[in-house]
Amino acid sequence: MHFSTRILLLASAFAFTVPALADNATPVKIGVILPMTGPSASTGREIDAAIKLYMAQKGDKAGGRKIEIVLKDDTGVADITKRLAQELVVNDKVSVIAGFGLTPLALAAAPIATQAKVPEVVMAAGTATITEASPYIVRTSFTLPQNTVPIADWALKNGVKKVVTLVSDYGPGIDAEKAFSERIKAGGGQVLDNLRAPLRNPEFAPFLQKAKDLKPDALFLFVPSGFGAQLMKQVAERDFAKEGVKVIGTGDVTDDEQLQGMGDAVLGMVTSMDYSVAHKSPENKAFVEAFMKANPAMRPNFMAVGGYDGMALIYGALEKTKGDTDGAKLVDAMKGMSWVSPRGPISIDPETRDIVQNVYIRKVEKVDGQLYNVEFETMPNVKDPVKAAKKAK
Amino acid sequence: MSDTPLQADRDKAFAFLKAQARWRWPEIALWAFAFASILLMPSRALLINEIAILALFALSLDLILGYAGIVSLGHGAFFGVGAYTAGLLAKAGAGAAPLSDPTLGLLAAGATAAMIGYATSFLVLRGNDLTKLMVTLGIALIFQELANKFSDITGGADGLQGVTPAKVLGLFDFDIYGKTAAFYSVTVLFLLFCAARVIVHSPFGISLRAIKGNALRARAIGVPVDARLRAIYTLAAAYAGVAGALLAQTTAQVSLDVLEFHRSADTLLIVVLGGVGTLYGAVVGAAAFKMMYDFISSYTQQYWQFWLGLILVVLVLFVRGGIMGLIARLTGQEERA
Repeated sequence: MHFSTRILLLASAFAFTVPALADNATPVKIGVILPMTGPSASTGREIDAAIKLYMAQKGDKAGGRKIEIVLKDDTGVADITKRLAQELVVNDKVSVIAGFGLTPLALAAAPIATQAKVPEVVMAAGTATITEASPYIVRTSFTLPQNTVPIADWALKNGVKKVVTLVSDYGPGIDAEKAFSERIKAGGGQVLDNLRAPLRNPEFAPFLQKAKDLKPDALFLFVPSGFGAQLMKQVAERDFAKEGVKVIGTGDVTDDEQLQGMGDAVLGMVTSMDYSVAHKSPENKAFVEAFMKANPAMRPNFMAVGGYDGMALIYGALEKTKGDTDGAKLVDAMKGMSWVSPRGPISIDPETRDIVQNVYIRKVEKVDGQLYNVEFETMPNVKDPVKAAKKAK
Repeated sequence: MSDTPLQADRDKAFAFLKAQARWRWPEIALWAFAFASILLMPSRALLINEIAILALFALSLDLILGYAGIVSLGHGAFFGVGAYTAGLLAKAGAGAAPLSDPTLGLLAAGATAAMIGYATSFLVLRGNDLTKLMVTLGIALIFQELANKFSDITGGADGLQGVTPAKVLGLFDFDIYGKTAAFYSVTVLFLLFCAARVIVHSPFGISLRAIKGNALRARAIGVPVDARLRAIYTLAAAYAGVAGALLAQTTAQVSLDVLEFHRSADTLLIVVLGGVGTLYGAVVGAAAFKMMYDFISSYTQQYWQFWLGLILVVLVLFVRGGIMGLIARLTGQEERA
């Protein structure tokens, strides 16, 4: 704190003498709102660690101005997110709000972004429609349909004709179910059943038994980050491989943060996702090494990389505007930006402000005694299919 | 001749009850401060708004817990029903009166919650405390799942967006600084608090305390126990509904979270922290809880729950009667039980 007051004093001293420099001497504040406690705390921890890592690596200056982070815990509750966003904008005078662990949290802050003309960088939430809630929202995580459609394509290519889906019964789960089922049907496949398990205290056994009895070629799974271990334990007990049923899903199920604890039962599971800690690139190698060095007990996951790229986006935009923090100018600068992230080449679609990225098909394998999602196929530059379909209409 | 001592006793009892119902200067000071705080600390208007809403919700729980002895872990159901009612109304009106009028929203939310409160009171009032805990918890879970399932209406897990309340009384627009919101919520809290204060000091309220003390004896002296309990449960549900409506209107959105278990649990904690059966305990407890949260979490975003938990445990263990009990003891106004 005392450090920033000193800078403030310095800034006000400048304000009297050299007005032209005054603006550049004040720090740019970024308000980060994350669930640091509660059921989604792991999301918050991963993103917070990634933001700190980014600033440790690239320094605390962008576009000639000092960057200051104001971190707030919303406990995953939407009305608190909204109040924090409002307070950050009104009291702390932040130039950007960022974070947002879950869809309702990102949506809660959207009216504030619009009203105050402050860019909202979504680093985690994945429902497709989020970016439509405000012209100031830019996303660096992923959309659920974006990650779901590629695994459907892969399944069709690999002789899967009949499928059963099992998802968590809430917005993003239904997003995934719809995206997968529609793609399978469009490719001439057959959807035998769409099963939905409750989000809270899920007991997957009866659903899995039903899925097994239907004898599909593949079983598609989606549960939010953090619920994968529980699901996969029960999947393992049913031994789907023996019946010739392929178990596939989005990478949320085999979340890198939890994967190690799931045991050998997940070996061979094929998923699609925008990031794996095992992604082979020099950028990712450096990222993972630095991340694990700073946080020895943690493996970076897709949330961490979303936060890391969110910072890259904000830094990049500030460089482009030369430190100008006008919201509309920042969002304009963000549109169309492209760079090489630890997950591979990514860019911001100038039309939808959503991320365009490679989606990888991965298989769980054991490397050096540890479980990893090893990538073996790449679907390059995938746009969000929901918004692409809307545009086509 | 024989009724003179009885008459004296009656006068004494009346005088005692009247003295209890009288406004004292610290109360007036508290409310004056509540309103002044919005002007004194405009940057904290949003937090004050949140405190007022939480205080109203806690007040509604204190009405049934502190005055009628009904324990509930599912009070959040009424809060949520109120929030969705007001949210849907404001959305339907698209920001224009009459449908989006905030006052109408409050009334509708209160009425809906009261209806559901009355309907479920028959279930809740059967059985003992443990059964009540389970039944209230169950009812709250049912509403939560309903809100999740009917996502066409409620927006499901994405939350209800596009909640646009009209100007308060047709005069004051909700601003980004939260000033209108804070004044609005504190005013509603104040009005409903005054009503609650009148109610608990009325013969009706006193009969409730008799029931809480000993339901069997209360019945023996002719108090219609079940009817009274149903009445206060319905009233408390309406209060909770209004609190939910305030949240929906001032944050301009409703998420599934309004029906989550932690709201009911937090509120129970606030009432215990503030002091059960004091009305002011709910207000003071809510303010203390939110300010502690705000203060501690600005220093440690990840571990604030630990410190808050520690403080609460210490308070509950060593400060009997909550904050209000502590104040009473410090000012030497402790009532002898």
